Amino acid sequence: MLDTPLWKKISLWGLTIALIAAALPSLLMSSGVDLGEDAPTVNLGLDLAGGSHLLLEADPDDVATKRLENMEESVEAALRGATPAIKFGDTSRADGQLSLLLDSASDIDRARGLLEPLMMGRDGSLQQEWDLEVVDTQRLVLVPTESGLNVAVNNAMESVIEVVRRRIDELGTREPTIVRQGDTRIVVQVPGLEDPQALKELLGKTAELEFKLVDQQALPSNTEAGIANPGSQIFPYAADSNFAGQFEAVKRLGGVRGDSLTGAQAGVDPQTNQSVVNIQFDQQGGQKFAKLSTENVGQRFAIILDGEVISAPSFREPILGGAAQISGSFTPDSANQLAIQLRSGALEVPLTVIEERTVSAELGEQSIRSGLIAMLVGSLAVIALMIASYGRFGIYATIALVINVLILLGLMAIGNFTLTLPGIAGFVLTVGAAVDANVLINERIREERKRGRKVITAVENGYKEASRAIYDANITNFIAGALLFWFGSGPIRGFAVVLVIGLITSVFTALTLTRMWVSGYLSANRPKDINI
Amino acid sequence: MKLLKLVPDDTNIQFLRLRVPFFILSLVLIFGSWGAVAVNGLNLGIDFAGGQEVRLTFAEGNAAPVPELRETVTGLGYGTPVVQEFGSPNEVSIRVPLPEGVEDTPGAATAIGNEVIAAIESGYPDVRTDGNSTVSGKVAGEFSRDAGFALLFAMIAVAIYIWIRFEWQFGVGGLFALFHDVSVTMGLFAITQMEFSLQIIAAILAVIGYSLNDTIVVYDRIRENLKKYRKMPLAELLDLSVNETLARTVMTSLTLLVALVPLLIAGPPSLFGLVAAITAGLFIGTYSSIYLAAPILIWLGVTSDSFVPQETEADRQEKKVLGEA
Repeated sequence: MLDTPLWKKISLWGLTIALIAAALPSLLMSSGVDLGEDAPTVNLGLDLAGGSHLLLEADPDDVATKRLENMEESVEAALRGATPAIKFGDTSRADGQLSLLLDSASDIDRARGLLEPLMMGRDGSLQQEWDLEVVDTQRLVLVPTESGLNVAVNNAMESVIEVVRRRIDELGTREPTIVRQGDTRIVVQVPGLEDPQALKELLGKTAELEFKLVDQQALPSNTEAGIANPGSQIFPYAADSNFAGQFEAVKRLGGVRGDSLTGAQAGVDPQTNQSVVNIQFDQQGGQKFAKLSTENVGQRFAIILDGEVISAPSFREPILGGAAQISGSFTPDSANQLAIQLRSGALEVPLTVIEERTVSAELGEQSIRSGLIAMLVGSLAVIALMIASYGRFGIYATIALVINVLILLGLMAIGNFTLTLPGIAGFVLTVGAAVDANVLINERIREERKRGRKVITAVENGYKEASRAIYDANITNFIAGALLFWFGSGPIRGFAVVLVIGLITSVFTALTLTRMWVSGYLSANRPKDINI
Repeated sequence: MKLLKLVPDDTNIQFLRLRVPFFILSLVLIFGSWGAVAVNGLNLGIDFAGGQEVRLTFAEGNAAPVPELRETVTGLGYGTPVVQEFGSPNEVSIRVPLPEGVEDTPGAATAIGNEVIAAIESGYPDVRTDGNSTVSGKVAGEFSRDAGFALLFAMIAVAIYIWIRFEWQFGVGGLFALFHDVSVTMGLFAITQMEFSLQIIAAILAVIGYSLNDTIVVYDRIRENLKKYRKMPLAELLDLSVNETLARTVMTSLTLLVALVPLLIAGPPSLFGLVAAITAGLFIGTYSSIYLAAPILIWLGVTSDSFVPQETEADRQEKKVLGEA
């Protein structure tokens, strides 16, 4: 054991120095040196750095419902657009499936031929997303397939994340983290953001904008009672609009949707001096809007946002330039918010906040400061105790301990892990584990010396016998830590990360580094006795 | 230089002589703890109960008006809030439970949270809101489930590892000692009514880890001595093993303690519960590895043969052929 081969020495020192070097940016950063954004540093959790954490959830049922509505529109368009048009009625969306009754059974084959292409995924994957069934010779039933629904939920979530990212970027916050978690959840973390209210409001709206013609034939009494003419539907006015509490009947088909917008800005109408939102359509949307406005000059149309009518002005003249103005009862703030939401696109599925944690930066700073001071005091006490108990061997253990903490930091920086408040407790426990390993070794060497073994044999046996217990103890802890990481969430994970990495570094420093130093000392000095 | 020796070399405490009374004490502690959990219940934080927590700091030197705050928040009509001093007299945490029946509506908790903050900020314009957390009933339920599974799986996996590395008796003993540690720590929280949050689960896991270290070191020495002293009575051998590792046990516990105490006294208030639990667990875990994990091996019937290769029927046959038997 006395001879550590040169290659081993070099590689051990190389590894140690490299890992310590990896910890340096984090240390420099914490003492106020600005290294720029690219330096690999340990992330500070929001409980330490301050900021907001939101967990948002989408309801897959909303995706299914939306998908069914879209399918109904496609089916209606396909059947009405056929020549000659296929007549049908009695459509229903009950039980998550779409069913419709053709007026004549002889149309059934033609209808099937038209609808069959709609059953496949639009992405060209030939995935069967719907099953088309014929019941009683003239009723068609479209049943969504499981895989179709899964694909839809997945696509919806991906697009939702994109929209969330765009909206948060609009807030101008720095370095937000937006991560999908599980099938239907999104974690949003914004360091430094202390008032999540604006963020929540921004994310709380799907911002689905529609322009639909008002049904002129609708009887006000019917509309109030919730009865719509065939081909029409009824929407309530938004709570903050001038007609709150009232309803409007609009034509289902032939409207223009907000997904063809290219821009939206808050502004002020120079004539009324009211806040408005100016929007621009893309070419296709612009043409549709131009057609709609040209054919219906003088008629009223409803501007519908998230299923609520904002306002229902009339087309005073054809609107040809692809630009339009939304007016309602906006404040400058709410107009700006709507503009952001419209620019970022509609959320395909609404999100609800199911967990929210906000920590002020002051508190985070206090936590770090008092945590660091306490750790420093604790470490000094541990070091004093180790040196008083084991002399030279205690000094080796102490150096190993310091290196242990540094390379733990380095590994966390390399892995881009996040240090949280419970993580600090993990640090303390890791230091404890590292001390324990050194204590085990040194107590063993003491024992071996007491039995009268020669210095070198005693040290050799000490390391050998102690390492078995050290491995067993650390592997069991490692298993526990890994399971924590796997099953745990939030604070438990923050703790587990530090614990698991710390176990590896403490075994490395206690068994490998101190051994190299001890053997170096022994072979250089060949002491007859050691003070341990 | 004379080095510090906390445990004299010739220490020989007969721990195992009192194994029955201490085992009964352990059982009393376990049942008592579960009894306390059943009777007092745990003071569940919003991580597990759902609801809203706001942390406030009033100007330095001004004690927080706890009764007024309680009244203000109660006035909102969401049940009785828990208003607790937090670290120093000018810092408080206010917890508002999730009202009955809103568990199913995910956004409800956030809405209540906003109301609470608005009410406080309008009543006390100078107060600094340090942080607020909202956990919906759904997420809280998941946290409880995840934490429970994490604890359970960690304990089982560890027991299996000990079983493989040692013998089944050791696995059972280790599992039982861990069960004891978890139970007593929970019992402590039930009695003191300190807030039981996700962080405390992390603390209990740390306790498991620490206690495990202790148990394994003792077990490792028992295994070694079982091979070395094949004729020694088991109780005596266990005593010997515990005594031989005592210096290490004391030294490790002490170093961890001196690291924990500053965190307990001067560390961030939000870490207090976590550090307190680990500190308590330090004593509980040391006790259980000496008085529970070791003596249980006697009752489970560990013998010196456990770690010596058994003579198989084939070996005997072979010996017969060679004329040794």
